[in-house]
Order: sequence, then C-alpha cells, then structure tokens
Amino acid sequence: MGWFSASKPSAEEQARIDEAKQDPVHMYVRNIHKSYGDHHVLKGITFDVLRQKTNVVIGPSGSGKSVLMRQVIRLETPDEGEVVVNGVNYAALKGMDLERVRRNMGMVFQQSALFDSMTVFDNVAFPLREHTKMSRKEIRERVMDRLESLGIGHAWRKWPAELSGGMQRRVAVARAMVLETDILIYDEPTTGLDPLTVQTVDELIAETEEKFGVTSIVISHDMASVFRIADRITFLYFGEVAATGAPSVLAEQSEGPVAEYIDASGVSREFIVAHSKG
Amino acid sequence: MAGKATAPTDAQRATPEDEEEGFSLKKLGEAIAKFVLAPIAELGTLARLLSQVLFWVVRPPYRFRLFVEQAEFIGVGSVFIVGLTGFFVGAVLGLQLVDGFRDFGAENQTGAVVGIAMAREMGPVFTALMVSSRAGSAMTTEIGSMRVSDQINALITMAVNPVQFLIVPRFVAGIVMVPILDVLFCSIGLFGAYLVCTMLLGIDPGIFLGQMRWLVDWPDMMQGLIKAMVFGGTISLIACRQGFYASGGAAGVGRATNRSVVHNAIAILALDYLITALVLGQGI
Ligand SMILES: Nc1ncnc2c1ncn2[C@@H]1O[C@H](COP(=O)(O)OP(=O)(O)O)[C@@H](O)[C@H]1O
Ligand SMILES: [Mg+2]
Repeated sequence: MGWFSASKPSAEEQARIDEAKQDPVHMYVRNIHKSYGDHHVLKGITFDVLRQKTNVVIGPSGSGKSVLMRQVIRLETPDEGEVVVNGVNYAALKGMDLERVRRNMGMVFQQSALFDSMTVFDNVAFPLREHTKMSRKEIRERVMDRLESLGIGHAWRKWPAELSGGMQRRVAVARAMVLETDILIYDEPTTGLDPLTVQTVDELIAETEEKFGVTSIVISHDMASVFRIADRITFLYFGEVAATGAPSVLAEQSEGPVAEYIDASGVSREFIVAHSKG
Repeated sequence: MAGKATAPTDAQRATPEDEEEGFSLKKLGEAIAKFVLAPIAELGTLARLLSQVLFWVVRPPYRFRLFVEQAEFIGVGSVFIVGLTGFFVGAVLGLQLVDGFRDFGAENQTGAVVGIAMAREMGPVFTALMVSSRAGSAMTTEIGSMRVSDQINALITMAVNPVQFLIVPRFVAGIVMVPILDVLFCSIGLFGAYLVCTMLLGIDPGIFLGQMRWLVDWPDMMQGLIKAMVFGGTISLIACRQGFYASGGAAGVGRATNRSVVHNAIAILALDYLITALVLGQGI
C-alpha cells in the first residue's frame, strides 16, 4: 500500500525510536497467549530478543514455534500479551499503524514462499516497488547489490522453480531484507536441507546480521546447528518457555525438557560449550 | 487464517463418541443443522470477502497492470471456448426450434426466439459456466497454491494487502470481461443459428433476420448484460474465496478447486432466476 509510504514518523516519535535503539534488547515479548478453539497453544510466552544478535527459538515440533512467530509478526493477533519494539506495542496495533511498523520486520518462511509468478529479480524488487519511490535504476542497483552479496547475482533472471532449496532461501532472505528491515525472522531455515547447505544457510544468517546490522530470530529444532549460531536461545516446550539464556547456560542444565532434548539430539555438552558463540 | 497446512488438531479430530454406531436423534439433528447452516455460513464468508473487496477496490494504488493481466486471462483466454460453445448452442437451438415450430407453422419466428433466448438466457449463463470452469478453477488453484505455500502470508508481512493485490483485479476483470464474452457468445450463436436455419432448413434469410430485429430489443440485451456482469463478479469472488481460504496442501487446493466450480454453477443458476424475476417483476 504505497499510498501512505510518504508518512514518516514525527520528530517526537523519531526521538523515541532513536532512544530505544540504545537498548540492547530489540524486542520484548511478554506473556503471549494464543488459543485455537479450546486448543491453548501458547500459554504465556515471555522472552527478550537481543539487538543485532542471533536469537534462536528452539523446541520439539508442535510446541508452538510457528504459531509464536505468527503472533510476533502479526500475521495473527495474540489473545493476550505484548510485543514491544522501539517502545511500541506491536501486538495492539491495527490497520495503517500496523502496516507502517510492519516494514521494520521481514520473515523468511519455511518453504521460502517466493512468488512463483515472478522472476528472482522481481521477487526481490517487489517490496521496493510497493513501498518506495525509488527509480528503476535505483531499484536495479539495490536488488543486484543484495543478490550479489548473497552470492546469487547470476540467477536474477531465473524463476523460483528453477532454483535449488538453498538458493531459494537466499532469494527469500534478499527479499525479506531489501527494505532495510531491522528484524528478520527465519522459520526453520535449515529443516530438510543437506548438511552442507545447512552450513551455508547458517553462515548466511550470520553474514546478513553483520553486513546489514539486523536482529535475527531463528526458529529451529536442530540442536547442533543452533549452538553454532545462537547468541541466545529460548526453549519452547508445549507452549511454554522452558528455558531462555545463553547457549552455554542451557547446555549446563542436567535435567528437565532442555536436558532431555539435548541428550536425544546426540550432541555432547562438551561439543556445545566448545562450539557455541562468544 | 490458518497459516500453513497442518494435520487436524485434537479439537478437529473425531472423538470416539462421533464414531458411535447406529441411529440417534442427536446425530440426525446435527446432520440437519449442518445441512442448513453450512450454506448460510458460506454466504456469510462470501459477504465478508465481498465487503473487503469493495473496501479495497476504491483505494489506491490502482493496480492497473494486474487488472489488464487478469482481463487478458479471463477474456482473451476464453474467446475460443466461448465462441465454440456459442456456435453450437445457437446451431442446435435453431435446429430444435425450427423442428418444433413447424408443427404449427411458426418456423419463421425462429430468428426472433433464438435472439431472445440467446440475449436473455443462453448467452450470460453459458458464458459464465464456461468462464467459471476455465478461468475460475484456474484462479482457485493459483490463489490456493499461494495460500498453502505461505505466499499470501509473505504478502502480508511485506505490508501488501492480499485482498487488494490478488482479489480486486480478478473481481473487476470478471465484471468487465464476462459481458464482453457474452456479446461474443450471442453474436456467434446467432450466426450459427442463421447458418443452420437458412442453409440447411430452408428458412428465408430475410425473414429470419427481419423477425429477429423486430422482436429482440434493448431490454433483452440489457437483461443479458446485467446478468453477465453479476456472474462475472460472482465467478471471481467464489473462485478467490475458495483459493484464499484453502488449507491442507496440494490435496486441499484440489478440493477447493472442485468446490469452486460446483459453487459457481449453483450460484450462476440461482442468481439467473433471481435476476430474471427481478427484471421481469414477476415469479418471486
Ligand atoms: N491455525 C491453527 N489452528 C488450529 N491449531 C493450530 C493452528 N496452527 C497451529 N496449530 C496447532 O498449534 C500447535 C503448534 O503448532 P506449530 O506452531 O506449527 O508447531 P511448531 O513448533 O512445530 O512450529 C500444533 O498442535 C498445531 O496443531
Ligand atoms: Mg513450525
């Protein structure tokens, strides 16, 4: 809806945003509840998302990770709770306010969700054409710059169906961050990929963070990969946060669902401590 | 809005009581309630979607390029099938009417009756049924695939309203293109009837055309065009509704496409009666 793209935050609002940017916590998720009918999926989720870090949400499948992300990015409205970004409670926004703030967040869906009626170039150019008044030339430069820095510049003319899973994910990342979003959410970015591609995607997430200063939220159920990339881990267990903190702290747990999950994944604690970031 | 396709939740899954065998009054009551309530709920869903479409259709940005794409898909893409069915419907109508009218010596009226039948009924109804099965089903499949592969969610996260982006252009294109196809159907149909009646059945060409021109007038044409417009909007709305709320992966999209064609056929025939009764001011 490009017609309100001209609406800029007021000076007052801008000052508040600038101040909020000093806060090492980028997003406060507070007491999120969500039910479908009488199925209570999220039962009061609370955790912090660190600015310009990799924040992993991990948990067994069916624990509510995707549902949580749908609330955070406001594809759905939580029944209860707050999502505070730059001092604004995202969970309570409606209509045009929501649309404006939404452009600060991008999401890379599990199946990439590229528009299959558009080429790679048009997919990545889409948010720019929708929301900016950039000229054709500027759009071309920005899109090619993003594609090249993600190593897929050569594929700009291809159709999504012609790309491998790993390449599709790169295009999806390029599209999600082409508007200079601050927060990027990845829903199971490595599930179903081969080990080499998993590594490439992990590197991609770290690179994107460094190059463009974004805050990443990564959903995963793969223990080994998580400890390699995470600055902070939140463990979701049947709609509740079982643990949240630095990877090494989680690895130290000797009982409870987190410990069970680590044991079941076959990754040794020594490996985790040795390979985790920071 | 169901995000990605998931297996039925515990709440949706059948409980042991549901599988209880034999007759029970409760089960009968539930079946009747479902039979009566489902269509009402469906109409509610369509009404809600229609109100969103009307809300977004007047708001910029006007996606003219998307409209042209859809108009081309619905219109140009259907020319052949609509023309072909038009020809045969006209031809067979001519054949039947001449045969029937001969019994009481009225075969010279054939041109007029074919003209009225085509303009008021056959044109809009057949055109709409053809467009629904060709373009409507494709719309459902396309939008349904976008739904189950999260492309619609991707649009939302990019702050693009999916109703405005996907449904509005198809809705407007339906309203614009089906009347044009209707005119095509009627023209070719009359040509088919003319050929059969004059060349094969020995009706005088002058009388055929003269009767037709004398009896078919503007109100007949308008009635047909109004129907075609309403059907055009309906086809797109129902097709988009089925795709937009599809769930359950590729199989779910297949079922949605199936429903799209069935619901459209029912809607077209029911609306045809309703509009006819309203226009003629009788029969309600
Ligand atoms: N739209 C929905 N309607 C009803 N139940 C849902 C819906 N989406 C998810 N659920 C249920 O919520 C639970 C968590 O799902 P999800 O967040 O997809 O799990 P995961 O952690 O694997 O991503 C599951 O039991 C699922 O069946
Ligand atoms: Mg999931």
